[in-house]
Amino acid sequence: MKLQLLQIAHARSGDKGDTGNVGLIARKPEFYSLIKKYVTVDAVKRHFDGICLGAVERFELPNLYALNFLLHNALGGGGTVSLKNDAQGKTLSSALLRMKIEISEKEQPNV
Amino acid sequence: MKEKIRVASGQGFWGDLPNAPVDQVNKGPIDYMMMDYLAEVTMSIMQKQKMKDPKLGYAKDLIPLMEAILPTCLQKNIKIVTNGGGVNPESCREAIFDVARKLRIKGLRIGVVQGDNILGCLDTFKKRGIGLDNMETGEKLDTVRNRIVSANVYFGARPIVTALEQGAQIVITGRTTDTALTYAPMIHEFGWSWTDWDKLASGVVAGHILECGGQASGGNFSAGWQTVPDLAHIGFPIAEAHPSGEIVITKHRGTGGMVSVQTVSEQLLYEIGDPTNYITPECIADFTTIRLAQEGVDRVRVSGVMGKPNTGMYKVSMSYSDGYTAVGTLTYAWPDALEKAKKADEILRTRLADQGLNFDEIRTEFVGLNSCHGPIAQMPDVINEVVLRIGVRGRDYESVERFGKEIAPLILVGPPGVTGFAGGRPKPSEVIAYWPALIPKDAVEPEVVVAEV
Repeated sequence: MKLQLLQIAHARSGDKGDTGNVGLIARKPEFYSLIKKYVTVDAVKRHFDGICLGAVERFELPNLYALNFLLHNALGGGGTVSLKNDAQGKTLSSALLRMKIEISEKEQPNV
Repeated sequence: MKEKIRVASGQGFWGDLPNAPVDQVNKGPIDYMMMDYLAEVTMSIMQKQKMKDPKLGYAKDLIPLMEAILPTCLQKNIKIVTNGGGVNPESCREAIFDVARKLRIKGLRIGVVQGDNILGCLDTFKKRGIGLDNMETGEKLDTVRNRIVSANVYFGARPIVTALEQGAQIVITGRTTDTALTYAPMIHEFGWSWTDWDKLASGVVAGHILECGGQASGGNFSAGWQTVPDLAHIGFPIAEAHPSGEIVITKHRGTGGMVSVQTVSEQLLYEIGDPTNYITPECIADFTTIRLAQEGVDRVRVSGVMGKPNTGMYKVSMSYSDGYTAVGTLTYAWPDALEKAKKADEILRTRLADQGLNFDEIRTEFVGLNSCHGPIAQMPDVINEVVLRIGVRGRDYESVERFGKEIAPLILVGPPGVTGFAGGRPKPSEVIAYWPALIPKDAVEPEVVVAEV
């Protein structure tokens, strides 16, 4: 079954130069294992195809039930160089929450 | 030693809520207020203002603000720590002294932290083998050397603590790490050792939570923005710090917004890289050790933070002139709004090509459809209207200026049903690009001067 991240996580994003950062936080502690298992570097890189032109890095913060992603080369040059409406990557957070993951029936969370 | 101190967040950026610092000093008890005015490219804007007028180059908003809050701050013994001095902290101090004289205040002590501006030293550093290469791309400084507009070292808490030790009631700095504005008062009050990495790291974490103002107390909150009460009267966050390094994040009673584990978590994740290595001049904080607990209404306890020794380097923030951009928008209405906007984009690009204009990039976005989520966005079947947004960037000023002259005529000679051009032709604006670098700490020395009026 498919599950959209919006149902189980919240997020905030920002910029450092041409790199966007997206913090993805499980809405309940018990959802952390799902995002940790399914929101992988490869899945995020595929999701941001055409937006993130460089590498994706992932860091785990189990203490906050959160993952932090760095999307390199994702902001059209970043800062004042970028011609993007969202030059500072403020909406990369909700863009990630659009992502759908394929989970088993057993894993269905109580949202 | 005090049992605890309250450090309040007053401003999260230059242009933040004007009333927030006024509320912080009036609506409840605080001991210190930090105000962050400097983003990555703010220094270049201030540098340009100073070149036009040597008395400018700081956050001018600070002056009327100080006039409004200074008497209360002195009466309640609230100290102010701010990086609003920009590239001219001394002029900022003089302007605040003028306010004090006007208000007949005597004995006000202001500390100024300088020495961060290394714009005049770049060639000397090069001779000494300090290259200041771009720490992200590895490029040599020589590639942009003659276009550098500003160059500033990020100092940490040390010089602020020195100013506080000398009795400063207001500390005005130039480029300083945002977090230092919050944890310098803690080091000063509690006498934390410069090698007590865990306590320093706790202070850094408090600083990271406070540095974006209302973003920690219900602003920009994605887990349930509908549930945040009274954002019109949002209370900015306050860090109650204890000598042990334990911190409670809260806000004044009776203000809007909220402080919860979720609002604080979102801010902790904001603009960080590797969470185990959050680098500051004084220590490296490990964000994976932070424990958060809701201990009451609008009260979140932050504990367990661990730190590591610092790197021995300061970060340097430089900016350089990198050509020009111009952005124009046109609004297209039903029917066929998107098709018409796409046609207009095609016509404009053809005309730009016909003129042989030089651009490094032309970007087209359709606001209302894909300017935020790009190819991830889902397209609706029928749209009522769409904003065509076209931007160009290039080194050639004339080409960028000509773009402005080519987009305006689309109102009359492009597809129909177009409006929204009240702003006139888009004009070229200078691109100030960002150049981050590292410098050994012993290559620069902060200067601290405390003066009294």
